[in-house]
Amino acid sequence: MIPPPFEYLRPSTIPEAIKLLQQHGDDAKILSGGQSLIPMMKLRIARPAYLVDINRIAGLSYVKEDGGFLKIGGLTREAELEASPLVRSKYLILLDTAHVIADPQVRNLATVAGNLAHGDPANDHPATMLALGAQIVATGARGERVIPIEDFFVTLFTTALQQGEILTEIRIPVPPAHSGGAYFKLERKVGDFATAAVAAQVTLDGSGNVLRAGIGLTNVGPIPIKAKAAEDSLKGKKLETAVIAQAAQLAADASQPSSDLRGPADYKKGLVRELAKRALSRAAERAAK
Amino acid sequence: MAKKQLVRVKVNGRDREVEVEPRLLLIHFIREILQLTGSHIGCDTSHCGACTVLLNGKTVKSCTMFAVQADGGEIMTVEGLMKDGQLHPLQEGFKEEHGLQCGFCTPGMLMSSYALLQHNAKPSEEDVRWGISGNLCRCTGYQNIVRAVRFAANKMATAEKKPEMAEVAK
Repeated sequence: MIPPPFEYLRPSTIPEAIKLLQQHGDDAKILSGGQSLIPMMKLRIARPAYLVDINRIAGLSYVKEDGGFLKIGGLTREAELEASPLVRSKYLILLDTAHVIADPQVRNLATVAGNLAHGDPANDHPATMLALGAQIVATGARGERVIPIEDFFVTLFTTALQQGEILTEIRIPVPPAHSGGAYFKLERKVGDFATAAVAAQVTLDGSGNVLRAGIGLTNVGPIPIKAKAAEDSLKGKKLETAVIAQAAQLAADASQPSSDLRGPADYKKGLVRELAKRALSRAAERAAK
Repeated sequence: MAKKQLVRVKVNGRDREVEVEPRLLLIHFIREILQLTGSHIGCDTSHCGACTVLLNGKTVKSCTMFAVQADGGEIMTVEGLMKDGQLHPLQEGFKEEHGLQCGFCTPGMLMSSYALLQHNAKPSEEDVRWGISGNLCRCTGYQNIVRAVRFAANKMATAEKKPEMAEVAK
């Protein structure tokens, strides 16, 4: 399949890229990992007249802790996230997530930022970032602005990013002691989108009561879902079986799946309940370590 | 028609310089312009991995990348595996262990396996299966592919050990 023709632009700095995006407005698209955009162009669902390839902008690939945040650069590949010693030792929920995104070849190109900026509720990082309470740094002509992840996903394939803005960094508050998280996904085969998936992140106090809980749901609604009632139900409680079961039910209640090739809506709701149980149990184990 | 762009790449050690349309996919560049037809187009939708090549040492699906993106890079295709008329241990492994039937997926399987062995010289069965999880084979049931990759790993490990053993013998 041959994509429609386009002009290829390759800026080497962020200001240059922003200028090009402003100049060409809605006719321009950012080319980052391209692992969602190029298939859409081949199917001619997307027909940008200009592609602004940001891959040669230096200094946007990093995973580091700085100023109380884990910072992930706008060009960090999924494979880099997977290989990061920091992620492997301290952010297992991110490792869980990166590990089940597409396949090794796709992860070599696909970026974490792109997984979010694409605004696809079937993508995996949105749920995880909702659970972690991440912040999105958008850089535009007037400088940087920070968008809380809860406000980032607007509608299907639409995020809070404005025309002329680039997602340059993801910031995750460094979790305090006694924190843990996990991502559980059911997929039909490696590389498939989730039939459903649940991300859970908890922080406990010294006696094992929940101080903070974050729960995000993948591919069970028009946008990634933050299961607020389920999160609230956990506060101040110990993560015992009955408490987890109740939160899992509330997470299932918050899901809005539709029936499709991956299964009927009722099945997916049941799946959210079960995956939420598993994710919360694993998060609790990891927080206790 | 969109303005053509110059693409400079090193492919299997050889410098190439071609002007292409930006929309030209890397797989078409490799097969039709460079005439290296070892890399295959299978699904053309980024699922099957038959078009897998190495770009700057990392596997990519060349059906899901534009040739212009590879500008300045080093590409290795299946044609780059054989050295001085000698099959690469992976190629030998696929032959010895019957790691292919129709052979359509093989070029991609070889490149993914090659990348795997670069950073994991002694992969377990699970490591191999995970390493080739972006490549589909509809003939073998994967059993013999896994054996072929481990055959190559063993062979490469033995080849590396030889000089040391020679020293011990002294």
